[in-house]
Amino acid sequence: MTTSTPPTTSPTRDIDTRTDGAPPARPVDADAAPAEGESPWMRRLPWVSGPLMLVALLGIWQFAVSVVGVSEFILPAPAAVVEALGDLFADPDIGGHIGITLLEVLAGFGIALVVGVAVGATLGRIAWLQRAVQPALVALQVVPKVAFVPIFVIWFGFGPTSKIIMAALLAFFPIMLNVMLGVRSVDRGHRDVMRGLGASRWATFRDMELPTTLPYVFAGAEVAIVFSVIGAIVGEYLGGSQGLGYLVVSSLNALDAPRLFAVIVLLAVLGSLLYVAVTTVKKLVIPWHDSVRTEV
Amino acid sequence: MTQQTRTATATPPPTSPQAPPPTPAGPDEFDGRDTDRPGDPRAVGLRVAGVDKTYSTRRGDVHALSDIDLEVGRGEFVSLVGRSGCGKTTLLRVLSGLLAPTAGTVEAGERPAWVAGRRDDAVFAEFGLVFQEANLFPWFTVVDNVALPLKLRGVGRAERRARATELCATVGLTGFEDSYPRELSGGMRQRAAIARALACDPSVLLMDEPFGALDAMTRDRMNLELQHIHAVSGTTVVFVTHSISEAVFLADRVVLLTPRPGRIRSVTPIDLPRPRSVEVEATAEFGELVVGLRRQLDEED
Repeated sequence: MTTSTPPTTSPTRDIDTRTDGAPPARPVDADAAPAEGESPWMRRLPWVSGPLMLVALLGIWQFAVSVVGVSEFILPAPAAVVEALGDLFADPDIGGHIGITLLEVLAGFGIALVVGVAVGATLGRIAWLQRAVQPALVALQVVPKVAFVPIFVIWFGFGPTSKIIMAALLAFFPIMLNVMLGVRSVDRGHRDVMRGLGASRWATFRDMELPTTLPYVFAGAEVAIVFSVIGAIVGEYLGGSQGLGYLVVSSLNALDAPRLFAVIVLLAVLGSLLYVAVTTVKKLVIPWHDSVRTEV
Repeated sequence: MTQQTRTATATPPPTSPQAPPPTPAGPDEFDGRDTDRPGDPRAVGLRVAGVDKTYSTRRGDVHALSDIDLEVGRGEFVSLVGRSGCGKTTLLRVLSGLLAPTAGTVEAGERPAWVAGRRDDAVFAEFGLVFQEANLFPWFTVVDNVALPLKLRGVGRAERRARATELCATVGLTGFEDSYPRELSGGMRQRAAIARALACDPSVLLMDEPFGALDAMTRDRMNLELQHIHAVSGTTVVFVTHSISEAVFLADRVVLLTPRPGRIRSVTPIDLPRPRSVEVEATAEFGELVVGLRRQLDEED
């Protein structure tokens, strides 16, 4: 058995007790730091391509109206929409409509954020509870939630409450699911570091678990803010006499296509601003995260 | 440098030429006050007695460590080598307080660290840990990562930043204090991890293949720097590696582990003079030590 022939090679660093002959895991270049982001050209590209696409869209739109001759009831001319936008802002009630929709979106989003983080963190931490409520979660997720709007109108009336609840319900799931995942994503090596240092429960949360979970909270919030707008608008479609969703329906009923388009433009701007607000907060709170760095 | 005694028990390097205590106590008769003197060549930094570890897995019990007895002198550098699966990482995790031994005791100085499967956080908090992965927190800058142990001890912001900046200089990271870990190369991240481990002046530094993921040239450089850090700080070091030459290059003693179950096969004193340069690897003595250990490993098969 023990033939024990000494190795014929000279003793060098290459003598290794590893028998599998595998190269060292992940060789890392010592001197080359990772590439510093994208080139400035790549960073500026969206600022050029965005306006270009908008101009192209307007061009095709105008072409369809004036050359192809699409009916004005189907597609009003861009100029007519701009005019309708002007009329909208001339209306003293518009501030109230925007305000009420904004209130519904933000209140729904806020509720979803608080409840989603709380439920997600709880379920992520307690495995048996997560298993137990799994069927209910799946059932709730697959149901088209906007179908609940009439029920909420019956329960909570035509006021903002039913819309807030709709917005919250839609926004809840992306936040909750992301936080549940985030709580479980704490790196084992990071845990070893904190355990090795004898960190207290509070310090472990503050310095490890919270920073680990925050990117997941923001990933959920970015989806959730968009869902909140959908929830509030759909809620307004079905009931009430206030908000941008109500303006959409009333424009439709009046067969006022330019006004309808103008309200949609307003909604697009509102949704974009809210999304930008969330990503801006993200950049301030987790500047260290990869998603902040690679984003435009 | 001074010739070291070839014994299987503690043979720490002579950190300061202090007069030995008048009591003619042998290595097995230490009392608490001896260990409170840094530089005392007989002081014990870490004592492992009868440590046994059995894992329960779905396919039955795995006997990972069997009857490990080891004394590491204060300021001594001990390398643990062995093939993959010989239990060297398991042993280090027991020493680190991350894994409870099935039986046996671990003592730091004379203070028990594992008592009946329960860890004494206060003892382990004095250990510095370096893992194969740097395990830096991506949400902290380099200086904040290095200062983390101080933060957990309630050291004020300005003070810990000053101390962490010093440590960054010690490991050659000056100028990168405010970088995020993702902006560093693998070698630099591991330097930061070492600085973090040194942050609260650990009595024992435990390192688990810290340079295993680095390329050979970076690894050589890191070994030289680790030797320097050890010489300057005088910390007790237990260093796990699968590279025999790395173990010989760094250590005062090399402990060879054999698998199934993991047990100590031999303890080899390394009397190569310090500080050691890369040239030491070309010497006949170095070669003999490496080949001798290699032969012991081959004899297992």
